[in-house]
Amino acid sequence: MGFSSETSIADAFADLGTDSVGESELRDGSRIAVVGGGPSGSFFSYFLLKMAEAIDLELEVDIFEPRSFKYCGPAGCNHCGGIVSESLVQILAAEGIVLPDSVVQRGVESYVVHMDVGDVAIESPVHEMRIAALYRGNGPREGGDTPLESFDDFLQGMAVERGARVVRQLITGVQWQEGMPRLQFADHSARTYDLVTVAAGVNSNFLKLLDDHPAGFQPPKTTRGYICEFRSTEEEILDILGSSVHVFLLDIPRFEFAAIIPKGPFATVVMVGDDLDEELVHAFLNDPVVRRTFPTNAVPCVCSCKPLINLGARKRPYGDRIVLVGDSGVTRLYKDGIGAAFRTGKAAATTAVFHGVSREDFEQHFWPACKRIVNDNAVGRIMFATNAIMKNSRLTRRTMLRMAQKEQDREGARPHMSSLLWNMFTGSAPYTEMFRGTFHPGFIGNLLLSLGSAVLPQRKKPKNANVKSSEA
Amino acid sequence: MVSGALGKIYHDGEEIIRQGNTGESMYVVQSGRVEVLQRSDNGSEQHLAFLEAGNFFGEMSVFEKEVRSATVRAAGEARVLKIDKKTLLRRIREDPLLAVNLLKTMSHRIRALNVEISRHGDTRL
Repeated sequence: MGFSSETSIADAFADLGTDSVGESELRDGSRIAVVGGGPSGSFFSYFLLKMAEAIDLELEVDIFEPRSFKYCGPAGCNHCGGIVSESLVQILAAEGIVLPDSVVQRGVESYVVHMDVGDVAIESPVHEMRIAALYRGNGPREGGDTPLESFDDFLQGMAVERGARVVRQLITGVQWQEGMPRLQFADHSARTYDLVTVAAGVNSNFLKLLDDHPAGFQPPKTTRGYICEFRSTEEEILDILGSSVHVFLLDIPRFEFAAIIPKGPFATVVMVGDDLDEELVHAFLNDPVVRRTFPTNAVPCVCSCKPLINLGARKRPYGDRIVLVGDSGVTRLYKDGIGAAFRTGKAAATTAVFHGVSREDFEQHFWPACKRIVNDNAVGRIMFATNAIMKNSRLTRRTMLRMAQKEQDREGARPHMSSLLWNMFTGSAPYTEMFRGTFHPGFIGNLLLSLGSAVLPQRKKPKNANVKSSEA
Repeated sequence: MVSGALGKIYHDGEEIIRQGNTGESMYVVQSGRVEVLQRSDNGSEQHLAFLEAGNFFGEMSVFEKEVRSATVRAAGEARVLKIDKKTLLRRIREDPLLAVNLLKTMSHRIRALNVEISRHGDTRL
């Protein structure tokens, strides 16, 4: 009888719990403060408590969230377009997290790309609704009469079910006493914790309280987005938009991109651009391509905001007994912010439970998960810069349109451009994977052919009823 | 059942995966119920289990290149979400703890199978 020298799965998991026993590890009764009860805070708390239970570790978790996501409008809103990407929907399902029908306002099965040269509908590669359009809070202002359930409230409920406590107390200060974080509250009380997890997003004032922290947290680069909620009846929204997210590639100065997302009786407009102001919003909402897709002049806008959007990572979103997850630390460029909240929240929880809460622990076990996002964002910047060049030229817009139209029309055709556009807009694949796809000989060949045909005027109308062209 | 909800709706008796076919996806029941059946050598189908919301099936094809070992049909109207092999394996590479969730269910199934085999052995004795 012999013994294998290979590490078994059991050994690997045993290592997870024993390689870093030291002063910084969490013990029975350790207290963790989670500042912010949005997705990153709830994912962190949920996985922390789930993993702690698996190794019989008893932790005390306080989620500090002054808002209740049961309120509609700004009081319970988290300022977000509200899309859960295709990859995250699948991963949540594999984690055993099934999003309830009451939370999913609409399952999305296609994206329609609108340009001045025409439109193309890009169907889900599996012809299945695997993207969730939802509300982070309890829906827009004046939405109290609609049967909505908040995504953030659902996630927070999962964390509470695992044993987390939601504290509706405002934090007014953070002190460090003998290396331990101590939170101060508006009623002049204070409490010491073994770990503070910051999940407050980029729109919170809490981050300013960390300015004096010795780790010297540098704030991430941000830009302003625009979100507006239009309200009609569910039937009318379904009739106009179907189960598709509508994205716009328009040659408007300073305009990056925008999307209209159907959600029950509402349609959410999300827009990103340089120095976004009223003029740019007005130019977009009144653009003929937008008007022919959605009657922005006839359907009333009931709620709007201009939230900050994280465009880059903090240099070091961790220190001794403190870690920043989700938008507060590192997120994906323009897309899949909830996916980044999931990944960074779970990575921070895994580190805290199995390794420890020191700066070194987070650097070794949490930062690699962030670094993957940071590196991917670098490639994403190249992709968006290329997209900006392509959308600003009529010829390249026609090239993209024709290539995607041909792929959608022809059954069995390899969807080079369609996959690229699908992944760019849905955030379903890493930017690195999309970038790699653009070097495929089939992509380059078809792009050149479409470029050639785009120079010529279009002779026939496309067969696919989903595809429209405004060139004929 | 909500038409705009996630996944794909299968009607009563509709086949989701078929024994003997190849496949590269696993599935998670979102709502409703599905029935797992196995065809024996004489062609008759034997009921193995009912799966409900949150349960998954077809995971063996993600980890090994074998044909499906059972047929799964909707028992009543069921909504089922397909999970791509690539998405799942990419995520497991980044976060091996995701596999623990799958291992836990697979472990329960092996335990149930052991009980079944042992009961079958007792009957023969």
